[in-house]
Amino acid sequence: MDAESLLLSLELASGSGQGLSPDRRASLLTSLTLVKRDYRFDRVLFWGRILGLVADYYIAQGLSEDQLAPRKTLYRWRRRPEEMATQTSVVKGRFMGDPSHEYEHTEVQKVNEGEKVFEEEVVVQIKEETRLVSVIDQIDKAVAIVPRGALFKTPFGSINVNRTFEGLSLSEAKKLSSYFHFKEPVELKNKTLLEKADMDPSLDFMDSLEHDIPKGSWSIQMERGNALVVLRSLLWPGLTFYHTPRTKNYGYIYVGTGEKNIDLPFML
Amino acid sequence: MPSSFRNFFLLTHFMEDSTTLKQEKENQELVEAGQPWEEMVTASSQDPESGLSEPPEVEQGPEAGPQTRSSPPGIPQSGASTPVDDLTGPGASTPPSPPQEPSTSLSPLALARQDFMAPWQSNKTTSVISEAGTPPSDHLEQPSDKGESTSHQTCQSEGNTFQLSQQTKCHLYGPRDVSYNNSKEKELRFAISQEKDSNSNYDLDQPESGASEMAPNMLEIAIQNAKAYLLKASSKSGLNLYDHLSEMLTKVLDTRPENPVDIIENISQDVKMAHFSKKLDTLQNENEMLPTYEIAEKQKALFLQGNLEGADQELEDEITEHALPNVMESAFYFEQAGVGLGTDETYRIFLALKQLTDTHPIQKCRFWGKILGLEMNYIVAEVEFREGEDEEEVEEEDVPEERDNGDSEADEADEDELPRSFYKAPQAIPKEESRTGANKYVYFVCNEPGRPWVKLPAVTPAQIVIARKIKKFFTGRLDTPIVSYPPFPGNESNYLRAQIARISAGTHVSPLGFYHFGEEEGEEEEEIEGGRDSFEENPDFEGIQVTDLVESLSNWVHHVQHILPQGRCNWFNPIQKSEEEEEEEEEEDEEKEDEKGEEPDYAEQEVGPPLLTPISEDLVEILALMLMAAD
Repeated sequence: MDAESLLLSLELASGSGQGLSPDRRASLLTSLTLVKRDYRFDRVLFWGRILGLVADYYIAQGLSEDQLAPRKTLYRWRRRPEEMATQTSVVKGRFMGDPSHEYEHTEVQKVNEGEKVFEEEVVVQIKEETRLVSVIDQIDKAVAIVPRGALFKTPFGSINVNRTFEGLSLSEAKKLSSYFHFKEPVELKNKTLLEKADMDPSLDFMDSLEHDIPKGSWSIQMERGNALVVLRSLLWPGLTFYHTPRTKNYGYIYVGTGEKNIDLPFML
Repeated sequence: MPSSFRNFFLLTHFMEDSTTLKQEKENQELVEAGQPWEEMVTASSQDPESGLSEPPEVEQGPEAGPQTRSSPPGIPQSGASTPVDDLTGPGASTPPSPPQEPSTSLSPLALARQDFMAPWQSNKTTSVISEAGTPPSDHLEQPSDKGESTSHQTCQSEGNTFQLSQQTKCHLYGPRDVSYNNSKEKELRFAISQEKDSNSNYDLDQPESGASEMAPNMLEIAIQNAKAYLLKASSKSGLNLYDHLSEMLTKVLDTRPENPVDIIENISQDVKMAHFSKKLDTLQNENEMLPTYEIAEKQKALFLQGNLEGADQELEDEITEHALPNVMESAFYFEQAGVGLGTDETYRIFLALKQLTDTHPIQKCRFWGKILGLEMNYIVAEVEFREGEDEEEVEEEDVPEERDNGDSEADEADEDELPRSFYKAPQAIPKEESRTGANKYVYFVCNEPGRPWVKLPAVTPAQIVIARKIKKFFTGRLDTPIVSYPPFPGNESNYLRAQIARISAGTHVSPLGFYHFGEEEGEEEEEIEGGRDSFEENPDFEGIQVTDLVESLSNWVHHVQHILPQGRCNWFNPIQKSEEEEEEEEEEDEEKEDEKGEEPDYAEQEVGPPLLTPISEDLVEILALMLMAAD
């Protein structure tokens, strides 16, 4: 969610039960502004919070002008209960030093692709940072979404925020096809010609949620009567996307343990 | 883009003459170059003659100048002069026409602003041509002018403004590089520049005027054709381009966005959409907003019912005090921890709970939590009924159990016909009585605050056992069947109840010493034999240091009975045999059996009494489970 509308967004996304305490919120506001200035980002998003056993990670992402360009992700690590060591490091696949906590989950070994090579015998110590990065990346690629029309593509190829985006209508808001994955499209080419004919190249340049596998991995709910539409991902539990129809408000936040819900097909 | 834009703007008149096209383009170039036109314009308005004299020079400044001169006679001039003629009436001779142009250009500009859109049709070069065509008319004397003007007039009042606007457009186009913000001024300038342009051309091209004699007539026709084309209604949408462009430009000029050229397509789409929404406005809004209004109504009822109770408030205060905890206060504390539902929703839940306590004879009520579902969510309230006010338990569930036994017996009896089945279904474990064990509390759920509360049925051990083995999402509808393996005996309401029971048993903790067993002095660490299943608040509790609470898990204890693998809290011995009782947490021996009947509550993995056991023991349990699973 955008750092500018952080408070409002947190309120809207609070239906999932996980939020931020007032002191965190206040400190986040200031730190996000500082981050924006220091790194010269065009937009700063508060990505979310990954819960750990001992400490939580607060993640922020910075975007440059081109919305789909690779984003810089920053994390802030706050150890419970008292230690307030905060480190911020720019993540682009490389890391600088880290206290290597390792979660107890057995997934640790499987997360990184590089891992699979070693899985046979060597138990590689994976730094938590690495895992964190890859988890954030996975979540972004899998479930970061934006409503249709919020971004548009110029003929030159760059992707910009659509200033005339006025929000989805109520009927559109309830359909999965009105939301796009916030990443480079993968399935666009596979669409039939008929579908392509209906697409608007400046708006429909990303994959929609309709064809996500497994089907039904998104839960759409209207809250507060029809005043707020909330999408929750079932594949990555904890990812909440909210949008107020007919307004420009939208955003997503991840608050969760950073685990993929592999049991999804059985649970549906 | 500049060139196309240019052409677009020069949609003043239509000309089929290619030469005029070129002329127009050249004129455009002139127009663009002419910043001094502003002065010229003002000057011209005041002193047309002088103004007229200026433009030629200015226009000729750019290289385009000479070209225009050489091009067919004052076609642009005609364009400029025509409107003038139209406005000022026929009879304007060539000399007066220039003077008229400025003046007329002013008034037309005023009109042009309003009808600005009208002429703005995507007549491209044709407009230019038409403009070019008009000067010759001037050149050719009034008759031709009149003819042209009349023809223009036939084109309609639009034609006047059309031309004017065209001029203004050219004008706009000229200073385009400067800024768009001052469109009117630009229009003025543009018009005048156009006029001047035409005039200049006119002046220069007088010798060549003869050549363009025929041009005006064709020009006229061309204009009409182009305009007719633009006015043609689309077969699909019923709109026509002329109107659409007019509206678009009106919108742009009204709203004056930043860089309109970049978002022009979006504006176009918006204008088109605005058409439709007007017609269906009322209908659509009705349908869409209806659910919102419904829920608002329901929640309004929530707010109101609190007020209605005003008179009895004091009387019921005591009871309500006990019954309903301070939800807002708890929410505040949770919020400090980063857990919460938002103030709005919490307050509504509070009101809904209040409604619940008002309608049911409830002794204690607590907001248990919220469970997310696919389509709808559940808000869960944990309730304890008053003594004796308990809802009657439905005894039907026992019946199937008995029937199972009966069936197995029947099978045994049929020795002759069927092979005897040795299988005896294990006797179903009866569920616990209400107010005990897993059924200690009654749970109510609702989908949203304001919706009616539904009581969840009591949980049976079998349901808990199966619930431990399956993992399913909740849909939000209580009657959804649960399709799973192993098959769950019940529908979503049962599954929900089972999960609630498991969560409560596993996670409800309190600080050590907060609760203690009734009879004895509240000494926490004591392991009391014989287990208890009831506890009460310890009045002597003094609190524990926060640091202690945080650092050591042994300062927290469960205050809900652990559920045995059997599915009950209190052991039920189906075999009616007594076996060794083991109290230690032998992880492997999950199936150990306790004394029959007696103070049951021996949870396998927990040390000592199941109740009020520190949660530090849970880790041991979890590890044990993991070890078992690994085996």
